[in-house]
Amino acid sequence: MKIRGNVWKFGENIDTDAIIPARYLNTSDPKELARHCMEDADKDFPDKVRPGDILVAGKNFGCGSSREHAPIALKAAGVGCVIAPSFARIFYRNAFNMGLPIFECAEAPEEIEEGHEVEVDADSGTIIDLTTGREMKAQPIPPFMQELIADGGLIAHILKKSGDEQ
Amino acid sequence: MSRPMTIAEKILAAHAGTDEVRPGQLVDVQVDMALGNDITAPISIEIFREAGAKKVFDREKIALVADHFTPNKDIKSAEQVRTLREFSDEHAIKHFYEGGQVGVEHCLLPEKGIVLPGDVVIGADSHTCTYGALGAFATGAGSTDLAAAMITGRTWFKVPESIKIVYKGELQPWVCGKDLILYTIGDIGVDGALYMAMEFTGPVIESLPMSDRFTMSNMAIEAGGKAGLVNPDSTTEQYVSARASRSYQVYHSDENAEYARVVEYDCSKIEPQIAFPHLPENTVGISEVATVELDQVVIGSCTNGRIEDLAIAAAILKGRKIAEELRLIVLPATPAIWTEALDKGFLKTFIEAGAVIGPPTCGPCLGGHMGVLAKGERALSTTNRNFVGRMGHPESEVYLASPAIAAASAVLGRIGSPEELS
Ligand code: SF4
Repeated sequence: MKIRGNVWKFGENIDTDAIIPARYLNTSDPKELARHCMEDADKDFPDKVRPGDILVAGKNFGCGSSREHAPIALKAAGVGCVIAPSFARIFYRNAFNMGLPIFECAEAPEEIEEGHEVEVDADSGTIIDLTTGREMKAQPIPPFMQELIADGGLIAHILKKSGDEQ
Repeated sequence: MSRPMTIAEKILAAHAGTDEVRPGQLVDVQVDMALGNDITAPISIEIFREAGAKKVFDREKIALVADHFTPNKDIKSAEQVRTLREFSDEHAIKHFYEGGQVGVEHCLLPEKGIVLPGDVVIGADSHTCTYGALGAFATGAGSTDLAAAMITGRTWFKVPESIKIVYKGELQPWVCGKDLILYTIGDIGVDGALYMAMEFTGPVIESLPMSDRFTMSNMAIEAGGKAGLVNPDSTTEQYVSARASRSYQVYHSDENAEYARVVEYDCSKIEPQIAFPHLPENTVGISEVATVELDQVVIGSCTNGRIEDLAIAAAILKGRKIAEELRLIVLPATPAIWTEALDKGFLKTFIEAGAVIGPPTCGPCLGGHMGVLAKGERALSTTNRNFVGRMGHPESEVYLASPAIAAASAVLGRIGSPEELS
């Protein structure tokens, strides 16, 4: 699995309220959530993000509440993946469970600038900044997890598998 | 030969069906026990149904324990327990507990031999890490994770780095596992073991009974830990052999396994610890505590509601009365502990001292019921969390300590040590 897109940059400790403000949690409709994704960190983000775009952020991305709406909003907004030096533990689980790929890479925030084009190879964990040619490493995503992401998240994956078996 | 591994890595590797794993790696593992309670399991059951699942992966490997708001404190909690009961009936879940059978989940499951050494346990409850004391890899997760585990019998983990904590020296009078873990959290901080598997080792841990080990593993999450493990030994073996009704495998860390960090403590320098509001890391030694007057003392919970905890409290309270205008609430954590406390005369001692004895329930630990605090009230509790509003009103306060300190403080009416009792 390869993910390629333009980069939007954010700072450290982006919390789940910045990703999707609590005032919109009266819905779990992904489209509705996408319309407000990251708006408290950058109010134009929902308008300017394009499918496949990549978020590069500082450490501890996704800290705060355990709401599964956060990765859902990012995914529905079209975000192809998130790269950060570290993720809050619950966000980390939720992201994969909701089918949003994320990559831990310590040097990404320093090396990659906003607007750069980046390609991530999930199999090898290689991140290439195509604008500068700089290559970085993240943990690869193993096949079982790529399959889960491709199916649209944990529950969708299970449903598909149980369908295959019948 | 595969790389030297920690106990956590070995358990995960075995359950992923591979020879070795490394920290940071994502692994798909088989689950030996999936746990939910009356707060978290109803959501998982809803997800289970919405996903159109028809069957659980194994009716003997799911535990549903209605312990938080039980005996049902209101209509909503009664509905939640009903959801658990109906689901359990429908799927013939073997380990469903409510009513007179229920105990606080993290005391009940080890006591009944439902979780065993070498297991991978996933629980929709953050203190699932308690079972690490048995040498199991056990961790808390979300309701979606539990739903998925109930359907497939599998879950995924990022293999955590391990942090090794070595306890040496002689334990001071009245110092127990609770003090050691509070001291550790005070030292490394509430995020000191974030993502990581904590491994409690050293001669002091080897000499601790299972009850103290459970207390320590229970609070690994309070340092941000994903798991808190003890390498199984003869104490573990003795505890487990009388209870296990299925086979299990024991794992130990290799001597040259890699750790992100090794911390060593000289326990002769550790005195009884108190965690001040509003974080478990705000710990101080008992000798540094000025006058802190109390309205309530709670002895119980998955941290310190075991028979050994009640025995210490009873020994201190025997023939004494608690302070006037103070409430002492004692909650034996399981029916078996309750019965044993009755047989040994502990309950009589507590009642004569002026305590209220409650049923096995989480109750006041999470500000649920049976001992909720009013505005401005102050409690000392043997539980594990003292966050803002944890036991009631947002302007109430919770101090954490061991059963010995709790019992002595109930008599003194303020935070104090058994040494101060005449
Ligand atoms: S006793 Fe407290 S910490 Fe333990 S499971 Fe119950 S609510 Fe959670």
